[in-house]
Amino acid sequence: MDTTLKVEDLHKKFGAVEVLKGVSLEARTGDVIAMIGSSGSGKSTLLRCINLLETPNSGRVYVNGELIRMKPLQDGTAKPEDIKQVERIRSKLAMVFQSFNLWTHRTILENVIEAPIHVLGLPRKEAIERAEILLAKVGIAEKRNFYPNHLSGGQQQRAAIARALAMEPSVLLFDEPTSALDPELIGEVLQVMRKLAEEGRTMLVVTHEIGFARDVASEIVFLHKGQIEEKGPPREVIGSPKSERLRQFLSATRH
Amino acid sequence: MDDSLALFIEIVPTLLAAVPVTLVLTFLSAVIGNTLALPVAVGSLSPHIYLRYPSLFYIFVMRGTPLLAQTYLIYYGLGELFPGTWVQQSFLWPYLRDGFWYAIFAFSLNTAGYTGEILRGAILAVPKGEIEAARAYGFSRFLIFWRVTLPRAIQICLPTMTGETILLLKATSLASLITVWEVMGTARQIQKVTFRVYEPLIAAGILYILMVFILTRLMMVVEQSINRHRLASV
Amino acid sequence: MDQASLFSLLSFGPDGWGMRFVEGLVVTVEVSVAAYCISLILGLIGAGAKLSNSKVARGIADLYTTLVRALPELLLLLLIYFSGADALKFILSLISEDFEDFEINTFAAAVAALGFIGGAYMTEVMRGAILSIPNSQIEAAKACGMSRFLTLRRVILPQMLRYALPGMGNLWLSATKDSSLISVLGNTQDLLFMGYRASAVTKHYGFFYSVAAILFLAITIISMIVIKMLEARVNRGYR
Repeated sequence: MDTTLKVEDLHKKFGAVEVLKGVSLEARTGDVIAMIGSSGSGKSTLLRCINLLETPNSGRVYVNGELIRMKPLQDGTAKPEDIKQVERIRSKLAMVFQSFNLWTHRTILENVIEAPIHVLGLPRKEAIERAEILLAKVGIAEKRNFYPNHLSGGQQQRAAIARALAMEPSVLLFDEPTSALDPELIGEVLQVMRKLAEEGRTMLVVTHEIGFARDVASEIVFLHKGQIEEKGPPREVIGSPKSERLRQFLSATRH
Repeated sequence: MDDSLALFIEIVPTLLAAVPVTLVLTFLSAVIGNTLALPVAVGSLSPHIYLRYPSLFYIFVMRGTPLLAQTYLIYYGLGELFPGTWVQQSFLWPYLRDGFWYAIFAFSLNTAGYTGEILRGAILAVPKGEIEAARAYGFSRFLIFWRVTLPRAIQICLPTMTGETILLLKATSLASLITVWEVMGTARQIQKVTFRVYEPLIAAGILYILMVFILTRLMMVVEQSINRHRLASV
Repeated sequence: MDQASLFSLLSFGPDGWGMRFVEGLVVTVEVSVAAYCISLILGLIGAGAKLSNSKVARGIADLYTTLVRALPELLLLLLIYFSGADALKFILSLISEDFEDFEINTFAAAVAALGFIGGAYMTEVMRGAILSIPNSQIEAAKACGMSRFLTLRRVILPQMLRYALPGMGNLWLSATKDSSLISVLGNTQDLLFMGYRASAVTKHYGFFYSVAAILFLAITIISMIVIKMLEARVNRGYR
């Protein structure tokens, strides 16, 4: 049983618009799955449905084999049966956001220890030790007492990755982690992510960086209009795309 | 002119002695009022209409009627309830006759309304992403509010709160109309005793300006220490 | 006393206070409107002074707004009321000895004082509004060969209204509430004064102060509706 994350037949509607039309996905321990697709393809929504930042209308999500229990409502939507279960599972699915979303009223170190102390119940001392190791790992140990607004975008995103790692999550969810960055800052963040992939961490990455996906991912998933159009090892998906849409997408993003 | 100066020198100690009353009125009303503002603001944003509507109504009434009318209503209105009841015999009675506590009560309720509205706006202004990050890390709703939303909201509304505290300090002068001898009340008392119109008012005015000045400085220090993170932002 | 007889105290007949409260409402609105007009004029002058090149004008305007914002309204009201009364008495005594017993018109002094207070806040609102107008608009007027006065009249003032209106609306609401302060001057016949009188005579303090408060709330509600309408009108073409 080394399936860390399993998604079955996920559907999500915003009003009358169906954004996800039955998506299934599986990540085994150590997998790095890159999700690509044009904007509006539903890739970010899929990521957000996995940790229930968006509530899917139907479908099942298993984390470490545990099903997130949902209860269907009259109007076709659904809601979690037990919010405590959702909160517990979210703590195992650490997310890195496009716009970092660091807590601007806390220092970098405080950002990293916040959830381990208050959600995982870690003693403060232990949380700080853990945080310092992680901050060194992402290369911003010297910024520990700075406030997020004092840092560059790339540094902020690396801090956000440290914050995610501090949860010792089963899966890392990346939601377009480099899209809000200036071009010259993208490299430093991708480098950290590459290192994490090499360590064998399970990662789900929504990205526009095709090069990164090709080099680092163990599997690439191409979403189109709320459905998985094509998936497989990077060499096949990028090297010899089968679908016409993927070919168009790749040629449009490459230049 | 010499006459005036002599009078100034004579009345300043009396007025200075009343400064603590004004400050205590301000301080207690601010503490109680701002504390009450929290449930008011949270209630006004509640999805439950039986919490939201009363909170919004409360804010509206407090902001929509003059503080002086509220003060009179509380002082005379509550005052008319007690005489002839058991309360008159109770140990509380000395307090319940004193305008001071009615003034605190009125100013606190009023502050709760004004600050409630300010805090409500500030809570709405907290960046969604920061709340979402907390959700994504498994924070409970209470924890999100306590650790992220509220501290951020307080930061956001702090500059406005400085202004509000100054307004409250000035508003405590209304307590003089329900027999509280704070600075304004003392000045009017001196007016009556000395038959002089201007000197007591001007002396009191100078004291108010000094208090406002010092309070502004104090609030700036508080603001700076809470807003350290903003110094180099953008 | 039961409910029905309490409300009979509010009747409009000779024994009821109903008519008095309506009169009080009218006085409160009159005082507020008059004071507000003065504050508008003072606000325009003050904003002009604050933005002028003259150091003296700026200094006076700064002193004005700083003082008014640091002093309690009640204190300012009394100060201006008394000094206004004295000044008027003095002037009138120069003209004729018949005026020696002249009783200053409380209404006029109160209005002047409230207008003076409101003017300081209005100065800040108008200053902010003028500064919000994009400089390009003023440059465009210059480029068309408009004189300074013409620019003020045809470009700045009309555009300023849009930026100033929210603040002006708030100040109007403040003006109606601040007008209640004049009741401390004695026989002012305004809404809060009526509450004071009615409750003192009948000993039904809670009831009559509530009536006064509800009428103030009515002024606020109607004002807010009118302000909303004005804002919608001024913002035509911007949304």
